[in-house]
Amino acid sequence: MSSQTTKSPYWQGVRDGSPFVLVIVPFSMLFGVVGTEAGLHIAETMAFSVLVIAGAAQFAALQLLTDNAPTLIALVSALAVNLRMAMYSASLTPWLGAAPLWQRAIAAYFTVDQSYACAVVKFEQEPRWSVAERLAYFFGVVTPICPLWYVFTLVGALVGNAVPSGLPLDFALPITFLAMIGPMLRTPAHVVAALVSVTLALVLAWLPYNLGLLAAGLAGMMAGAQAEVMLERRKAGRA
Amino acid sequence: MIDGPALWLFIAALGLGTYALRFVFLGLVGSRPLPAWLLRHLRYTAVAVLPGLVAPLVVWPAATGGTLDAPRMAAALVTLGLGYTTRNVILAIACGALTLFAGLALMG
Repeated sequence: MSSQTTKSPYWQGVRDGSPFVLVIVPFSMLFGVVGTEAGLHIAETMAFSVLVIAGAAQFAALQLLTDNAPTLIALVSALAVNLRMAMYSASLTPWLGAAPLWQRAIAAYFTVDQSYACAVVKFEQEPRWSVAERLAYFFGVVTPICPLWYVFTLVGALVGNAVPSGLPLDFALPITFLAMIGPMLRTPAHVVAALVSVTLALVLAWLPYNLGLLAAGLAGMMAGAQAEVMLERRKAGRA
Repeated sequence: MIDGPALWLFIAALGLGTYALRFVFLGLVGSRPLPAWLLRHLRYTAVAVLPGLVAPLVVWPAATGGTLDAPRMAAALVTLGLGYTTRNVILAIACGALTLFAGLALMG
């Protein structure tokens, strides 16, 4: 990707975002199907995908609601899954912070895993881009992604009732989460965070109101951050 | 499960809260630098919450009344293993689902 193209930043963004279509289409469709299976109306399922527009948190919220977890606990847990968005927001700020507020407000809505991942790589490769060019690239990346997220949520919600009743859909959500966790385990610190979280979630499962999950999430976060510090120190000591 | 106005309130709150998380730095903080310890913790939120959420669902599946179940455990291990090694979420979901179908068919 080092070759300088004459394509506009917007179209470069569209090109870089296109491969994610293969992930977005089945994923949003699955959300539509499990939403309908859980008893949501189409408008409610669509509201999730349009207002929240974050797959993992949508699935987490749906799982906790169908388990009849207290609403506040379900809300806090789903928002905790989305805390990484705050990190994305923080790391996009040096690149896009000078744009007008209304443009930053729109960019914030479209800050998803894919747009963030493409943008930070590209912005570092093209340090001379103006803020307008960076925003054009950013919106280019989400062009093939976000509209399909809505459309295929709708398709999934519509075909949800046509799914044969014998299918073990109870396990669709766990499988989806497990598949997402695998690629997240990028460093030993991520593995530590996940292991601490799993252990505490199982040991504290007796706690009321799903509080065990909140404790496990908090402890996993702290364990991951601590492990990162220790690993860096060891690396520095060796160098 | 909640429904009607309570569900709509929930979806709206989750949407607003998520938007707030996306907007907080880009919109409000501007380009002031953030403390390193905060960013370090934010990096591990998703990987700390999702495994804790999924672990009880795998060990005590609701469909079997909460007893450990070989097909579901096998499907979970295949999915996690493939997700980790291939980094391909859709492939991992597909193979995990196939493992579950095969396991349930074999166990009758």
